[in-house]
Amino acid sequence: MTNTEVFLQQMIIGLSNGMIIALIALGYTMVYGIIELINFAHGDLFMLGCFLALTILGALGIDAAYDPNSVSLAVLPLFIAVPAFCAIVNWSVDRFAYRPLRSAPRLAPLVSAIGVSFIFLNLGLFWGGLPMDVFNGGVAAAAPKDFPALVSRTNLLGESSNIIVRWNEVLVAMVTVPMMVGLSLIVRFTRIGKAMRAVAQNQTAARLMGIDVDRVIGATFLIGGALAGFASIVWASYNETIYFQMGFRVGMDAFTAAVLGGIGSLPGAVLGGVVIGIVRAMSEGYIAAEWTNVVVFTILVVVLTFRPSGLLGTPTREKV
Amino acid sequence: MQSKAHSPLFVRHAIVLGVLAAVIVGCGGSGPSTPSESSGTPSTAATPTPKGGDPNVIKIVSSLPQTGSANSQIMTIVNGIKLAIDEVGGKVGDFTIKYEPWDDASPERGQWDSAVETANAHKAVADPDIMVYIGTFNSGAAKFSMPILNQASLLMISPANTWPGLTKPGIGEANEPATYRPSGKVTYYRVVPTDELQGTVAAQWANEMGCKRVYLLHDRELYGKGVATMFEKAAKELGMELEGPEGIDPKAANYRSLATKIKQTNPDLVYFGGTTQTNAGQIAKDLRAAGVTAKFMVPDGCFEDAFIQAAGAENVEGNTFITFGGLPADKLTGKGAEYYENYKKKYNSEPQAYSAYGYECGRAALEAIRIAGKKDRAAIAEACGKIKDFDGLLGKWSFDENGDITMKTLSGNIVKNGKFEFAKILGQ
Repeated sequence: MTNTEVFLQQMIIGLSNGMIIALIALGYTMVYGIIELINFAHGDLFMLGCFLALTILGALGIDAAYDPNSVSLAVLPLFIAVPAFCAIVNWSVDRFAYRPLRSAPRLAPLVSAIGVSFIFLNLGLFWGGLPMDVFNGGVAAAAPKDFPALVSRTNLLGESSNIIVRWNEVLVAMVTVPMMVGLSLIVRFTRIGKAMRAVAQNQTAARLMGIDVDRVIGATFLIGGALAGFASIVWASYNETIYFQMGFRVGMDAFTAAVLGGIGSLPGAVLGGVVIGIVRAMSEGYIAAEWTNVVVFTILVVVLTFRPSGLLGTPTREKV
Repeated sequence: MQSKAHSPLFVRHAIVLGVLAAVIVGCGGSGPSTPSESSGTPSTAATPTPKGGDPNVIKIVSSLPQTGSANSQIMTIVNGIKLAIDEVGGKVGDFTIKYEPWDDASPERGQWDSAVETANAHKAVADPDIMVYIGTFNSGAAKFSMPILNQASLLMISPANTWPGLTKPGIGEANEPATYRPSGKVTYYRVVPTDELQGTVAAQWANEMGCKRVYLLHDRELYGKGVATMFEKAAKELGMELEGPEGIDPKAANYRSLATKIKQTNPDLVYFGGTTQTNAGQIAKDLRAAGVTAKFMVPDGCFEDAFIQAAGAENVEGNTFITFGGLPADKLTGKGAEYYENYKKKYNSEPQAYSAYGYECGRAALEAIRIAGKKDRAAIAEACGKIKDFDGLLGKWSFDENGDITMKTLSGNIVKNGKFEFAKILGQ
């Protein structure tokens, strides 16, 4: 491999990882933008999405020994069921854990979110113990689970090429990019999008204008949850391993991306995710794996020092 | 509600940064530091055994991570201990032996937890009937309970701790093992060979297989880094070319970038000092995905079915090598073969790698009680050290003056048809 090839390969890896992070970061940033709550349960919701995806695959009889080329259509139900499940769960969490605390001090819903995160974590632990083949018969509930490859593993650039681009990388881009564009369009051009922006700016004024604030917040959680659902399928297919504790780490990466890009800003979350993905890849590839977290968080601290509201965050929020 | 909008920006960022700081600490904090319990100067004042209890009952407890990915492995260890006690009919002399399996893991960590292990040790010390503490599974966990139990002269026998510093002076940290023995006496014994042996033997095995270039990885934990360090030392002596050692982030989503870097160096072997819980499966997967064709070798922390399941059988088939501080159950002879038959008869399932050591722990505990002949913690702990030429699973063994077993048999295993298969006896 020449140096250019290595660099390109690391860019591809970084970009793919970054786009997945961005997809989850969108869920964080939307909720924060609208009710200023760091939804700690988001990462664990994503984890539950992964477990549902594996359960469905198991029920369809798709396991690691399956030929990925013949699976492609059978996994379509995943792309409906998992986002729907995550959306509904996320909406319910808001309805039962956050909405009653809407007028409570800021820390109350935050603690509530941490509580929900623990509930999800333990649900995941329980789920992993289901006596299904895909969960290894459920004998080791907490062990990492192998997730079957959803798409072919062949190299798109030909088997002789040094750079590896597989259908998985394409899948990441094919799911992530339309999601981001779609979300931006919804927020910018639809009625509910307009209502969201209004609620984000000033809840009281929005309510005075006749906007049903709780319904708008509920819709935000629905959309955020669905994004987490899509992210979980893509993530699981890309990494091929899931385990019940993955949500915390993935959530933290996404949260960091949201902060780096400017929390509350949708393009910011995407930019933050991609930057973190690429920085991670470059650090692992050219420095050493030990230093990856140090590099990522140093960059975060430096950015926040000079731009306290993140890369694309608005310096003064339009609030009065 | 209005007040929310007016909160100063810095408050928000203070929260954000606080959370991030917690994350960074969390990322680096997986390797436990020396517990504070042991930092004081050694004192000879032992914790007295609490009064009360039943004079005819002796309790044995085990503290092993039952919650977590090691679960299936752990349950076969517990079964092994039960088997040893059942063989003597639950009686030694006039004493009735009772056994309780305790958990030292928490669901939050999914593996051993220092807080739970410390609590278990205190609980054991406080119960006047408990005379033997079997544990721990993880060397890191032992660091927390050893000083507490030692202070109370409570006998501790481990079926799986392999960190050399727990018993051997001059190999681990400067204050090891004295820091674990505040009473100055040896009360900790183990029935497995240590990492010192395992890392060295792994390097020799790799050398025999003709591997000249090795990329060395570890998980930055006590066990994983320990084995990798020993591997490094031995590999250098054998004149192998080394890259690394490089400490990975055990919670990372994937290791594609690292695998790409490894591919550039074109090694014959990638050695990972780590366990299933610290993502050995994902590493195997990403190495293959990046097109690395080198052999992959891991220590016994991955010697459990969960590792093959996590890695995906096709990624480890035929090219993944595992060293283990003992022989697989079905390769045992003599007393060991007897154990294997009895185990299968009683539990109607195959024991996993460490089960035999659970059984051996149980037998050593019973032997110590027999030699002591009385219900007295200090006497039983001392008696354990007197076990000599014991008819064990791998032949006759004794405990040396540090509390280590004299047995030095290791085995090399390979993944074949999605299962571990015994390859050869190492280190003899």
